[in-house]
Amino acid sequence: MTTTVYVPRDSAALAVGADRVARQIAAEALARNLPVRIVRNGSRGLFWLETLVEVQTPQGRVAYGPVVRADVPGLFDADFLGGGAHALNLGLTEEIAYLKKQERLTFARMGVTDPVSVADYEAHEGFAGLRRALALAPADIVQQVLDSGLRGRGGAAFPAGIKWKTVLAAQARQEYIVCNADEGDSGTFSDRMTMEGDPLMLVEGMAIAGIATGATEGYIYVRSEYPHAIATLNEAIGNAEQAGFLGDDILGSGRSFRLIVRKAAGAYVCGEETALLESLEGRRGIVRAKPPLPALQGLFGQPTVINNVITLASVPLILARGADFYKHYGVGRSRGTLPFQLAGNIRHGGLVEKAFGLTLRELLYDFGGGSASGRPIKAVQVGGPLGAYVPESQWDLPLDYEAYAAVGAVVGHGGIVVHDDTADMSQLARYAMEFCAIESCGKCTPCRIGSTRGVEVIDKITSNQNRPQQVILLRDLCDTMLHGSLCAMGGMTPYPVLSAINHYPEDFGIEAPDRAAA
Amino acid sequence: MTETTDTAGPGIAASIAAAHKDVPGGLLPALHGIQDAQGYVPPDAVPLVAEQFNLSRAEVHGVVSYYHHFRSAPAGRLLVQVCRAEACKAMGADALLQHAEQRLGCGVHGTSADGQYSLEPVFCLGLCASSPSIAINDEVHARITPALFDEIVEEARQAS
Repeated sequence: MTTTVYVPRDSAALAVGADRVARQIAAEALARNLPVRIVRNGSRGLFWLETLVEVQTPQGRVAYGPVVRADVPGLFDADFLGGGAHALNLGLTEEIAYLKKQERLTFARMGVTDPVSVADYEAHEGFAGLRRALALAPADIVQQVLDSGLRGRGGAAFPAGIKWKTVLAAQARQEYIVCNADEGDSGTFSDRMTMEGDPLMLVEGMAIAGIATGATEGYIYVRSEYPHAIATLNEAIGNAEQAGFLGDDILGSGRSFRLIVRKAAGAYVCGEETALLESLEGRRGIVRAKPPLPALQGLFGQPTVINNVITLASVPLILARGADFYKHYGVGRSRGTLPFQLAGNIRHGGLVEKAFGLTLRELLYDFGGGSASGRPIKAVQVGGPLGAYVPESQWDLPLDYEAYAAVGAVVGHGGIVVHDDTADMSQLARYAMEFCAIESCGKCTPCRIGSTRGVEVIDKITSNQNRPQQVILLRDLCDTMLHGSLCAMGGMTPYPVLSAINHYPEDFGIEAPDRAAA
Repeated sequence: MTETTDTAGPGIAASIAAAHKDVPGGLLPALHGIQDAQGYVPPDAVPLVAEQFNLSRAEVHGVVSYYHHFRSAPAGRLLVQVCRAEACKAMGADALLQHAEQRLGCGVHGTSADGQYSLEPVFCLGLCASSPSIAINDEVHARITPALFDEIVEEARQAS
């Protein structure tokens, strides 16, 4: 009997040798005359266990990890094809505590299915949302998204349904759906995992958005740093077209939707929606002033829905199970779940999908198991390179958009980067300014000039040149950037800087913050 | 400096540009095509692209130079990218970058004298839970120590 073995094809698995493991399993099975079918699934997101090899047994899928090539002969000797005992045997995958404690709605198929198989996708509730959408009037689809409470998962947290509604109401010769897959924030990888591990979910979400708003064309703007994601997406789109879920006359409904993948070129600011549109149109990715809103004048001047990967990927389930099902998860105005990404100096880094409302402390210790170095955790940057450093006194706040905003922090895209007590917060603040200087589009002065001056001022503070005056100057500069920048690039760079100086003043050589937390 | 490789270059660049000129927003795909084919966007391709797209040379140059991904000069045989973003920094990326400079014999944004290696910083490869990470000619590697870095670079050099 042929045994099915799963070896992930996610970048994080490839980066620790998953291809070699897969080749070794194939070679070993051949040599021992044991029939094996290897499925290259996505990653479960338990990255410290990669390469996580799973074997289909009558009891369920049994996990082994982290497996390296040299382990493979021993695994065969231990009858791993029968779920045999071995030092790397982790038991049934679904029973691994890190996974079992999660609430995987959007990521339910992640690591379970073959990412590019339409049949596998459909066998796991795939395309149920699109089928339901095809039976609804566009306004009813939009109402479902509104009722679900889904807000943009890219960081700004704007209600997705309102954008859709605006585009639906707009009169134009052509509307567009644009997926912002320019996930450039350090500590984030949920978009990459989606595109590599369950790309059909994004395809389905975009097709639903198209049907809901009357858009017949969609673009996915993907980072050039993600070659595997681009390849997997293109493969999935081809398969979806062939199966009739994309293209002209979707499933005989008379509706059309075409998807095009566009490769970005390494400019961080293109994650800002108007800069992204400029780039898609073939220009330098320079921020546009708003208004006009992209929902009215977006790509090529036409009404455009721009949503992040996870936002669009959340839509199929909302349509399949209904707005009430989704809305039931979460707290306050933060509805549903967020795939939190635990990264940096953390023992068990990976993807944790939970409803809004859990705390950072739970993520850091119950899931993450503390720092990777074993040293005390000092600072945690939440929400990407433009997010605040959150000190221990705030680790018990519920993770929801409003609660974080109230303390000058952001949930953003759910990226969580952990630093231990060896981190020098003045250097991380300097780095935030330096990053802004490198990546600024240059259109507005606060961001372009402010970031360069920011680096200089922080250098003066740390080398104790007129320190008290320079601290005041840095705060003034941050105030100008916060309120005077055209977009979030300059407007949020002060978050990591001010949070570092407010919560860790000793790292700057000053005794106590001279103002309340920013 | 690149006369020999460029004799075929302008023809390739012009035909790639021509193939993309009617694609909406086709300039970036055209530049990607040229860089994928030639390893960089040669300065003498710029006027040819400009002509196809009915743009000024300055506009095309502006796009090429704006994006970190596009190169105006050839890279070494192995393009080594070391992630400098926060998650990797938290796990020693700064020290790794210093090690890379020594091992490859070139500074950041530089190419080694023998043309073997180019070293570029990169801001996030999406491997933040397995940091620090690097990429060599688009192939990603995670949990990198200096010793592992040397091993991977040597393996890639022999394979290339």
